[in-house]
Amino acid sequence: MALKIVKGSIDRMFDKNLQDLVRGIRNHKEDEAKYISTCIDEIKQELKQDNIAVKANAVCKLTYLQMLGYDVSWAAFNIVEVMSSSKFTYKRIGYLAASQCFHESTDVIMLTTNQIRKDLSSPNQYDTGVALTGLSCFVTPDLARDLANDIMTLMSHTKPYIRKKAVLIMYKVFLKYPESLRPAFPRLKEKLEDPDPGVQSAAVNVICELARRNPKNYLSLAPLFFKLMTSSTNNWVLIKIIKLFGALTPLEPRLGKKLIEPLTNLIHSTSAMSLLYECVNTVIAVLISLSSGMPNHSASIQLCVQKLRILIEDSDQNLKYLGLLAMSKILKTHPKSVQSHKDLILQCLDDKDESIRLRALDLLYGMVSKKNLMEIVKKLMLHVDKAEGTTYRDELLTKIIDICSQSNYQYITNFEWYISILVELTRLEGTRHGQLIASQMLDVAIRVKAIRVFAVAQMATLLDNAHLMTGNVQRKGICEVLYAAAWICGEFSEHLENPMQTLEAMLRPKVATLPGHIQAVYVQNAAKLFATVLKNQEGNTDGTAAQETSQLMIDRLPLFVQSANLEVQERASCILQLVKYIQKLQQKDVEVAEEVIALFAGELNPVAPKAQKKVPVPEGLNLDAWINEPPSESESEDEQPKAIFAKEEPKHSRARHTEVDEKELAKRREVRKQEQANNPFYIKASPSSQKVYQEAPGVEHIPVVQIDLSVPLKVPGLPMSDQYVKLEEERRQKERVEKKKKEKKKRKEKRSGRGKKHDSGPESEEDITPAHMVDIVTEEMPENALPSDDDDKDPNDPHKALDIDLDNLVEMAARRPLADSEKKLPVRSHRAAEALKSPAEDAEAESPASQEPKKKSSKEKREKKKDKDGDRKKSKDEKKKKKHKREEKGEDLLGGQADEPVVQSEETREVAAPPASNAAEVSDLDFWLSNAPVPSNAQEKEAAPLAAAEAAPVPETASGPAPDSEPDEPKDTEPEETKSSKHKKKKQKKEKEEKEKKKKKKHHHHHHHSDGGGEESVQNGTVEEEEPLPPMSNYCLLAENSYIKMVKITFSPTKENDIQGNLQDGSQVVVSIIFENKCDNFLKSMEFNVLDSLNSKLQRPEGSGPHDGLTVPFQLPPGVSNEARFVFTVQSIVMSQKLKGTLTFIEKSEDSSTHEKLDFKLHFTCSSYLITTPCYSDAFAKLLESGDLKCSSVKLEGVNMPFHHLLARICFHHHFSVVERVDSCASMYSRSIQGHHVCLLVKTSAQTVTIDAKCDEPTLLGNVLDEIKQTFSQC
Amino acid sequence: MIKAILIFNNHGKPRLIRFYQYFAEEMQQQIIRETFHLVSKRDDNVCNFLEGGSLIGGSDYKLIYRHYATLYFVFCVDSSESELGILDLIQGGLSAAPARAVSAVKNMNLPEIPRNINIGDLNIKVPSLSPF
Repeated sequence: MALKIVKGSIDRMFDKNLQDLVRGIRNHKEDEAKYISTCIDEIKQELKQDNIAVKANAVCKLTYLQMLGYDVSWAAFNIVEVMSSSKFTYKRIGYLAASQCFHESTDVIMLTTNQIRKDLSSPNQYDTGVALTGLSCFVTPDLARDLANDIMTLMSHTKPYIRKKAVLIMYKVFLKYPESLRPAFPRLKEKLEDPDPGVQSAAVNVICELARRNPKNYLSLAPLFFKLMTSSTNNWVLIKIIKLFGALTPLEPRLGKKLIEPLTNLIHSTSAMSLLYECVNTVIAVLISLSSGMPNHSASIQLCVQKLRILIEDSDQNLKYLGLLAMSKILKTHPKSVQSHKDLILQCLDDKDESIRLRALDLLYGMVSKKNLMEIVKKLMLHVDKAEGTTYRDELLTKIIDICSQSNYQYITNFEWYISILVELTRLEGTRHGQLIASQMLDVAIRVKAIRVFAVAQMATLLDNAHLMTGNVQRKGICEVLYAAAWICGEFSEHLENPMQTLEAMLRPKVATLPGHIQAVYVQNAAKLFATVLKNQEGNTDGTAAQETSQLMIDRLPLFVQSANLEVQERASCILQLVKYIQKLQQKDVEVAEEVIALFAGELNPVAPKAQKKVPVPEGLNLDAWINEPPSESESEDEQPKAIFAKEEPKHSRARHTEVDEKELAKRREVRKQEQANNPFYIKASPSSQKVYQEAPGVEHIPVVQIDLSVPLKVPGLPMSDQYVKLEEERRQKERVEKKKKEKKKRKEKRSGRGKKHDSGPESEEDITPAHMVDIVTEEMPENALPSDDDDKDPNDPHKALDIDLDNLVEMAARRPLADSEKKLPVRSHRAAEALKSPAEDAEAESPASQEPKKKSSKEKREKKKDKDGDRKKSKDEKKKKKHKREEKGEDLLGGQADEPVVQSEETREVAAPPASNAAEVSDLDFWLSNAPVPSNAQEKEAAPLAAAEAAPVPETASGPAPDSEPDEPKDTEPEETKSSKHKKKKQKKEKEEKEKKKKKKHHHHHHHSDGGGEESVQNGTVEEEEPLPPMSNYCLLAENSYIKMVKITFSPTKENDIQGNLQDGSQVVVSIIFENKCDNFLKSMEFNVLDSLNSKLQRPEGSGPHDGLTVPFQLPPGVSNEARFVFTVQSIVMSQKLKGTLTFIEKSEDSSTHEKLDFKLHFTCSSYLITTPCYSDAFAKLLESGDLKCSSVKLEGVNMPFHHLLARICFHHHFSVVERVDSCASMYSRSIQGHHVCLLVKTSAQTVTIDAKCDEPTLLGNVLDEIKQTFSQC
Repeated sequence: MIKAILIFNNHGKPRLIRFYQYFAEEMQQQIIRETFHLVSKRDDNVCNFLEGGSLIGGSDYKLIYRHYATLYFVFCVDSSESELGILDLIQGGLSAAPARAVSAVKNMNLPEIPRNINIGDLNIKVPSLSPF
C-alpha cells in the first residue's frame, strides 16, 4: 500500500504540469498539433487514475488546450469529478474548466446541481465564491430554476464578497429563468442601498442591464437612482446610473428635466473624462426626449457642444472619436449648434485614423445645407482623389451620394452640378459602387424633369467614352454606370443632340464584353434610339438616311443575337426581326417612324420602393379564407403551393414560387445534362461565338486602352463639377443683387418658381433659389397605402421574457397576504361563482348568526365614529396644506385636473393602510418627477398619499361624477356630455331594462325567500318610483384633449366610456366605449390597445399576443359616433385599477391619410366591480350581525339635495340597492363580482350625510367609500 | 456587459480567452482570428475602439482594445459599457492582474507596473504581484 503511494507520487513527478505543457508547445513549434495530440493522450491516461490531484492537473491542462481551440467536451465528466473535490485548489480548477467549456447542451451539467448547491451553502466563502463564478458561465434554465432560491438567500449573506457575486449572478439567472425576477426583485432593489460599495455597484449593474432592455418597467426606480447619483462618489457606479438614465429619459420627459441640473453640475465638476462623456451623452438623450418645446435648454446644448469640442480637439484619438460620436447624436435634434463647428469636423477628415474620418463623414451628412453642400462635397471630392485604392474611398463615395441624395435631394440647388459630380465619380478606379452611382443617375434623370436634357447629353458622352470603363478587370464595378447611361439615353432620346452618334456608340462591338444585363439594356435602348433617329430622318431627307440607319442595326445586332446571355439574345433577335421588317417597309417607301415610336410611347413613373407591399387589402377580400374547399390531408403534395398561395401575403408567395421554380429548373437541367451525356448524337456546344470574337481582335491587349485606364483622363465634353461651383456662386451672387434691387423697388414677396421640396429648407437658406425649375416627381404609392410596417423584435432575445411589470409586482407582493387569506376560505370562491344568489342565504349558511344585541354594535359604531371624526379633523388640516402645495405645482402633470378635490388618499390611508402605501409606491414617481427639489426621505413619505391623490384625477372622472346634467347645479357641462346625450338615453334605457330584469329576479328570490323566512321586507329596491329623478350618466370622458390638442386640433375624436361590472363571469368587466369622430375626415383602422397590468387584462381573441391591439370593428365618418365593447379580466378587485392604453387610427382626408394615436387611461373604480344586487332586510340584519364584516364610516358635509336623490345617486353610480328606508335613514346593499358584501347605512341631517359601512373586505370598502365621497363632493 | 475578454500576442496566439457567452470552440477561434485581424492592422496611434466585429454580437457591440508591447488586450462589450471606462479597466486592472497568469508563459514585457494607478480620478490599487 505504502509502496503504491510512493510509486504514485513518483509517477506524478514525471507528469507534466501546465507550465511543462506550455513550454512543450513552445518547443514544438513545427509539429505543434502532433505534440498536443500526444499530450491529450497523456491526459486521458491521467484522467483514468483515481488520484484526484492527477485528475485536477489533467483538467488544468485541458483548460489551457481548450483555450487554444481544442474540443475537450469528452472530459466533461472528469471536470465534474474535479469540481466535487473537497480541496479548494482542485475545486477551483474544476469550476474554471467548467466555466470555460460547459454550455446548455452539456449533459453532465444536470449532475452538478446538488454539488453546486452544496458548494453554495459551504461555510467557506471561497467555495461559495468559486461556485457562483463558475455557475455564472454555465447556468442553464434547469440550474437556474433549481438554484434560484439558494442564490437569493446568498444575496443577504453576511460577507459582502458573497453578496456581490450573488447579486451579479442573479442577472444570469433572470435570463435563464425569467420567473425568478418577480420574487427576487425586491431584494435586488434592497441591495441598491447596501452598505458595501461593491455590492451596491453590483446591484446597480444588474438593474441597469435589466432596465436597458425593458426600461419602462424600471421607471419607478428613478428616484432611488437619482438619490444614488447625487450621493455616490464611485465613478463606475455613476457611469452606469447615468447610462441608465439615458435609457429612461425617452420614456419620461419629466425625468429629463429633473436630470439636467445635476448632470450639468457633474459635467462642470468632474475631472474623469469617462464620466464627463457619459454625462454629456445622457444630457443629449434628455435634450432629444424633450425635443423642441424647451427653449431655455439652449444653454445645456451649448455646454455639451463646447465640451465635445474640447474632446474632439484633444490629442487623444479615443476622446476625439467619442466626441464625434456624441456630436452626431446632437446633430439629429440640434443641427444648428453642430454646424458652427464645421471647421473642426472638416479637419477631422484629414485625420490619419480611419475610424475618426468615418465618424466625421457621418457628421457631415447631417451638417449640409443648401448653402454649404457644394463646398462640402468639393472638399470630399478632394479627399476622394487623395484616398486612392482604399476602402475608405468607397466609403467616401457612398457618403457623398448619401449626403447629396438625403431627404429627397433637399439640399441640391443645382442638379447639373450633381450630375457632373456623379459623372466625375465614375472615373474612380476600383470602386465597388458603380451600381449606386447608376441608380442615382437613373433616379435624378427620372424624377427631375428639367435636368433630362443635360443628363442625356452627359450620358451620351459617357457612352461615347465607354471604353474608359470597360476592359480592365479593376474597373468592372464602374461599368454598371453604363447601364444607367444607356437607359437614360434611350428613354429620353428626344433630348439627344446627336442620336445617331449615340446609337453607333451603343452598337459598338466592344459592348459585347459588358455584363449581360447591361448588354440587354443596350439592345433595348438601341431600339428606342433607332425609333427617334428614324423620326428625325424621315422628317428631313429622303429615305436613304433612314435606310442606312436600319442597315446599321441589321449589321450590328447579330452580334447580340449570338450572345450567351438569354436576355440579350432574345431582345436582340426580336429587335433584329423588327428592324428587318421595317427595312422592308422602308424600301417600299412607307413611313414607319410614327409606328416605331409608338412601340416605346408613354412615360415611366417612379414607384415607391414599398408601394407593392403597401397596397391595402380591399374590403371584403379575405386572404385567409379558402377559395375552394381545403384539400384533404391525403391529397398529393403537388397541391401544397396552392395552399400556401392562398394563405400567405403576396410578397411571400412570390419569393417562394421563384424558389420552387429554381429548384425545378435545376432539376430539369440536371436531367437534361444526363440525357445529353448519354446521347451520342447530341452535338456538344462549341466555344461560344462571343468568345471567338473576343479573342480574334485581341481587344484586351491593346496597349492604348491600358494607358487610358491608369490615367484618369479629362474627357472632352465631360464637365468638371468645379465649374458648376463657380457658376453657381456667380448665379447666387447675381440673384442676390437682383433680389436686393427688387426688394428696394417693390418689397414684393419672394420669387415663385421654387420646387415644393425647397420650402422646407431652413430659414437661413431661403435666399438660395435653385438654378432651374425642378419638379421632383414624387414616387407613386397606391391609394390607402398603409404607412407603417412593423419591425418585429428579435424573438430569440432572452430579454423579452424579462419584460415584467415590476410596479405591479410590488403592488402584488404587498397584496399577496390578502390574496392568500382569501384562498384559505373556499366558501368565498364558491360564492363568487353564483354571484346572483341573495346574500342572505350566504350569510345564513356561513355564520351561526351571533346573537349579540344590535344596540351594542351600534354603540361601538358611534365610538368609532368619534375617533374617526378626530382623525378627520387632523387630516383636514393636512389636506389643506397639501392642497396648497398642489396648487403651487400647477398643472404640469396632468393638466386641467387642478380642480379635483383631494379626498381619496386621505381615506385610503385611514381605512386601509396597505393599499394606500401601494398606491404611493406607484405614483411616487409621478410626485417625485413633478417636484423640483431633491426629495429627502421625510418629504417622500409625506408626499406619498398626496401623490396618490394626484394620480387619481383620471379615476375621479371615471368614477362616475356625471353631475353635469343635474338641474340645481351651477357647474358647467362638458361639451361631450351634451353631444352624447343620444347615447346617454340609450344607455339609460338599457340600464332600466337591466333593472327590470333584476326586479324580476328579485321577485323570484323574494318568493323563494318568503317560503322559508316569514318576515316580509319593506321597500326593497331602488327609489326610482318615488319621484322623477334628475338624469344621470355613468359616461365620462376617457381621453382628455390634453394629448390630442397638440397633435391636431381639427380632428380629435372623443371617447367616452362606461365601466360596468358584468355578471357573466366572476372576474370580467366590460367596458363599452363610444367613439366619436369630431373632425371632418374619415377615421378608419382604429385599433384599441391596452397595456395589461398583472391584475387586469384585456381579453383578446385567441391566438393574439399579449401586446396586440384589438381592431375596432367599425369606421367613423365625420361627426358620427359608435360604440364598442371590450372585455377585461380582473383578478383582484379591492383596489381601483388604472390601465394605460392607446388608440391608433388613420385619419383619411381627400388627398392624404395620416396615422394618429390617442393615449388614454382607463380607470376601473371599485364601484365598477359592484353589482346591484337586491337584498332583504332580514338577511341584511343577519349579515350585519354575523360579525365578520369590517366597519368603516364616512361623513359628507354640505350635501344639498333631497335624500332620495342622494340614494338614487348612490344606487346609480355605485351600483347599490336600497334595502330599507325610514325617513332620513336608509340601508343599502351591494356585492362585488367576487362576492364581497357591502352594506351601507346612510343617514342625513341638515346637509350632513353620514355613511356607516360594513364589508368583509376593508380595502374594497375604503375605496368604495372614497368613490362615494367623490361623487358627492362634486355636487 | 462584457461579452468576452481576449488576450493574444502579436501573432494572434491566444494567451487568455474568456467568453461570457457560449461559443463552440471553432467559433471561439474564429472570433479570435477575426479580432486579431481587425486589431493588428491598426496603427498604435489610432483610437482604440472598433465597431463591427461580425462574429460576436452585432451592431450593438464594440471592440475596445489596448496594445502593450507584445500583447493585445481586447474587450468585446455592448453599449451599456462606458468606452473610456473599459479602457481604464484594461490599463489599470488587467495590465497588472494577468501579469501573473501571462508571465507564467514567460513572454510578457508589460510596461512598468505602478503600485497605484490614477486615471482621471479613477483610482486603482494594483495588488502586489508575486514575482515569478
